Amino acid sequence: MAIIEMRNLTYHYPLAETPALHGIDLEVQQGEFLAVVGANGSGKSSLCYALSGFVPHFFKGKLEGQLNIAGIDTHQSGLMDFVRRVGLVFQNPFNQISGSKFSVYEEIAFGLENLAVPPTEMRARIDAMLDLTGIRDLADRSPYALSGGQQQRLALASILVMQPQVLILDEPTSQLDPIGSREVFQVIKDLSRQGMTIVMAEHKIEWVAEFADRMLVLSQGEIIGNGKPSEILSLPQLPEHGVGISRYTTVARLAQKEGLWPSDQALPVTLTEAVAGFQEALG
Amino acid sequence: MMVQLESRPDPEDQAQTGYRIQVKEVKFSYPGGVQALAGVSLEIQPGELVAVVGQNGAGKTTLARVLNGLLRPEQGEVWIGDWDTRQYDVSRLARRVGYVFQNPDDQLFCRTVGEEVGFGPRNLKFSPQRSAELTRRAIELTELQGKELLNPYDLSPTWRKMVAMASILAMDTPVLIFDEPTTGQDAGSVRRIGGIIASLHQSGKTVIAITHDIDFCAENFERMIVMGAGKILLDGPVSQTLAEKEILSSTYVEQPQLTRLGQRLGFEQVILNSAEFMRAIRKSQPPSSPE
Repeated sequence: MAIIEMRNLTYHYPLAETPALHGIDLEVQQGEFLAVVGANGSGKSSLCYALSGFVPHFFKGKLEGQLNIAGIDTHQSGLMDFVRRVGLVFQNPFNQISGSKFSVYEEIAFGLENLAVPPTEMRARIDAMLDLTGIRDLADRSPYALSGGQQQRLALASILVMQPQVLILDEPTSQLDPIGSREVFQVIKDLSRQGMTIVMAEHKIEWVAEFADRMLVLSQGEIIGNGKPSEILSLPQLPEHGVGISRYTTVARLAQKEGLWPSDQALPVTLTEAVAGFQEALG
Repeated sequence: MMVQLESRPDPEDQAQTGYRIQVKEVKFSYPGGVQALAGVSLEIQPGELVAVVGQNGAGKTTLARVLNGLLRPEQGEVWIGDWDTRQYDVSRLARRVGYVFQNPDDQLFCRTVGEEVGFGPRNLKFSPQRSAELTRRAIELTELQGKELLNPYDLSPTWRKMVAMASILAMDTPVLIFDEPTTGQDAGSVRRIGGIIASLHQSGKTVIAITHDIDFCAENFERMIVMGAGKILLDGPVSQTLAEKEILSSTYVEQPQLTRLGQRLGFEQVILNSAEFMRAIRKSQPPSSPE
């Protein structure tokens, strides 16, 4: 059964004339890893907020249509219902950090304290998160004495420690270096294999292609593509919608026009595919 | 060579002059003992287009912040032209070095886009005419026309980044530092930022960017400084530094996509952008290629 179901979901921020989300129909299965791509302003963050209850319960505005997630009907519930089942990792870790804690360790404990989790269990869960997100050596540092990338790992740890059924991530690796990003993607992929449902807004197309099960393309608040990464990434209209395509796809597309890409091959998304195609073209 | 000039109080003259940047044996540690810069020396000539890359924690942002005086070297010296940064406060240095923060929200505070962009030049006591002209140019370059009366916080993060950039550009500093300019930006915005950087370079500004976006570096910069563990590992033309695969990977930098593709296809040249790639692939095409 689908753990997320949206039917004709339309959302207006307060005072906004045009909807941030318009007529969204979406189902996500438990354990699925869904990546959401699209230009800035396409509705990615609004979708993340709707899935985690911030829309409409924090941002207010007008939400129409149906949204059910992990047994919660957003029209019948409040933010507190979401907190135990759905975790949101913010785009900007600075907006997420509580500001009331003096160490990374305490910051990760913040959510659990609010849910009155017993201390022994709390310690075990926090320790596991420090290891999983690779920030054990930062445990005693102030959350504000971290680099952007380290803060992003902390933001992820503070949400994962809550053991949500559905994890929503809004560009969680934007400040990480390539190796750090890969580690985070791998952690998230493993969690989805273990049954956690993942929805991730992301610009890093090649990585989405490698890790996600399915891709959703948004443009001006509407879904314009929904399918396997390989299907989506060969859609010729992606660049018009401000979705980056990998440099491999870009050069293969240029080469195709000059007959320098094999006519029977799909455009490449990854290095391996590009090498294979160009080697064939070069004979 | 150090030219010992008295610093000029008249800002109208300063923007015309380029300044050589000299970093001499600089060390810096954060409280708690993390050594972010472990003896860094470099020189940047007026008008250079420089990217600084390296893993998280390599010292990139710290380097940028000693250049604009937000941080002072613990040991060593930083000179912006004839100014020793130890003797000038941040507000004075802001006349020579503009710094665009990674996160626009660290930087924006005015009620409208127009006020925000106009704040810098007015604060530097430029004449009203010059302030207005600089504000107009900055808004044009960042394509913010029509958004002047909006509140920056009603804009999407992409456009907030443009406001943050415009507000620094309007100060007309000869040196500009961009901290992670493409982070979180979509494809269209990344192209726009590439255009802004090219146009600043053309007008003779010194442009320094700190970035993880190695493909963006390859396509938009001339010189690349690679940092690891608070030191400079590589410094040279982009095409040379990007060929040093092992040193790059020691600081967790992957080569750009097209550089890797070119190498796998056996091209001799270090490929930096799609135009270079297309030239190389046309050359390696056998003359009697089948239909």
